[in-house]
Amino acid sequence: MGDRVFTNLTRLAGIFVLVLMAAIGAFLVWKAIPAFRDNTGNFFTTQEWFPDASPPFFGIAALAFGTAISSVVAMVIAVPVAIGTALFIGFYASRRIATSLGFIIDVLAAVPSIIYGLWGLQVLMLHMDGITKWLNDYLGFIPLFRNEIGIYTKSIFIASVVLAIMILPTISALSREVFLQVPRSHREASLALGATRWEMIRMAVIPFGRPGVISATMLGLGRALGETIAVALILSAAFEINWHITEPSGNTFAANIALKWNEAGPIGLSALIASGLILFIITLVVNMIARAIIAKHKEFSGANG
Amino acid sequence: MAKRIDIEDLDIYYGDFKAVEGVNLAIEPKSVTAFIGPSGCGKSTVLRSINRLHEVIPGAYTEGKVLLEGDDIYAPDVDPVNIRGLIGMVFQRPNPFPTMSIYDNVVAGLKLDRSKAKGKSLDDVVEKSLRGANLWEEVKDRLAKPGAGLSGGQQQRLCIARAIAVEPQVLLMDEPASALDPISTLAIEDLVHELKRNYTIVIVTHNMQQAARVSDTTAFFNLAGIGQPGKLVESGPTETIFTSPKERATEDYISGRFG
Repeated sequence: MGDRVFTNLTRLAGIFVLVLMAAIGAFLVWKAIPAFRDNTGNFFTTQEWFPDASPPFFGIAALAFGTAISSVVAMVIAVPVAIGTALFIGFYASRRIATSLGFIIDVLAAVPSIIYGLWGLQVLMLHMDGITKWLNDYLGFIPLFRNEIGIYTKSIFIASVVLAIMILPTISALSREVFLQVPRSHREASLALGATRWEMIRMAVIPFGRPGVISATMLGLGRALGETIAVALILSAAFEINWHITEPSGNTFAANIALKWNEAGPIGLSALIASGLILFIITLVVNMIARAIIAKHKEFSGANG
Repeated sequence: MAKRIDIEDLDIYYGDFKAVEGVNLAIEPKSVTAFIGPSGCGKSTVLRSINRLHEVIPGAYTEGKVLLEGDDIYAPDVDPVNIRGLIGMVFQRPNPFPTMSIYDNVVAGLKLDRSKAKGKSLDDVVEKSLRGANLWEEVKDRLAKPGAGLSGGQQQRLCIARAIAVEPQVLLMDEPASALDPISTLAIEDLVHELKRNYTIVIVTHNMQQAARVSDTTAFFNLAGIGQPGKLVESGPTETIFTSPKERATEDYISGRFG
């Protein structure tokens, strides 16, 4: 009897989550319809945002680009550092350092994003010139790092660095937990074969922890994709696709919604919701890809070991 | 290839706690030496001190000497990583790498030290090691499958194949059959018999019949008392230890009066 009640309760909770997801999706689609109907631009390729003009003319190209590039750059910076920190805490640091470092990282993961945004705007941005100029001077042959206007503030690159710092503790804390779960017997197996500590990590720890690290990375990516306020503070909103990420330019889905919402007319609101719908779909697809990657390695996952 | 081990006045500490005291023991090459004794008597600790694996526990250190063919493995300039490359180990619970295929499990040690694979084809090493572990016929058609998909007994033989693939000088076995069913246990014991032709083998076991069946020499460890360090009570030819031990404690343990 108690079992049946509990079964039904958990089933109900599961169904509720699915219904909630579907309801959010349906709400976004419903509210986005007017914008899709009246738009005279191409929703996917237009790099303008005039939904309240008559006729409305707007598209998400610049938003999609800005969201993707800032998240990708943030991941490139954050993931190696996060995994390195997790490995250091798990396998190199003395117990005292490991405990306090772990605690600090957990605290950092809980800091609200507005704080990171303010810090990025007030502190980090003032000290980024050196790095971005160096990137321009020495790696300027790569279009990504070229800066043709000589102004280095309010750029996608700075937003990416702030995003990276913001998601780093999340990825690191989760990776650390995953690495701690690697059975001692696997670690000893590699050590007994004559592995150094680093070889032990490569042979036993990382392969075993990979699915968990991928999940942690995807959680971080999800936060980076949807981060609103920190990005909105830093970027100087511009509706163009600009590959020179150290120039002041760029915009993201979430930042654009936050900045435009209060001044938007009826179609403007609908257009913002339409862009939110795209962000929703992107996040879903990213998570599905991560699941697929994890599932593909299932046979070798160690779940049965 | 097989080398002798001489343990001289060995004390093993975990931080302030003295786990093992005053062990003196000669382990002959190409023979099987069994460590027996009640739980917590330090026999596994002594075994793990032979490849310095006990050092993975923070604060562990030793006093005294462990000589591998005359060279002290605790000499200051010796890297434990190199020692572990020379001395293979098989654990209580089978622990093949779950993310690796059967093939990759066998060559895992060779990939760590490329010099050991020099001039040899990995395929040949895999076949030779799996044959050496009496596993080849059972897995030759599925070498690319995960090692964790095998039965417990097969996994343990895979771990033995992994250990002998690097052609170690000594093979340490920490209760290698205690997690296995009787038939798999028999397979492991038969294998130990064959392996002693080429290797120096040290085996820890809780099972006295097993010690009697597989070993040439037996070393009996015991605790002096609760909280006291473990000690080597006596060692000698297995035959002698099991029929006419010198010490009363040995006789009591072997006849099942305690432990």
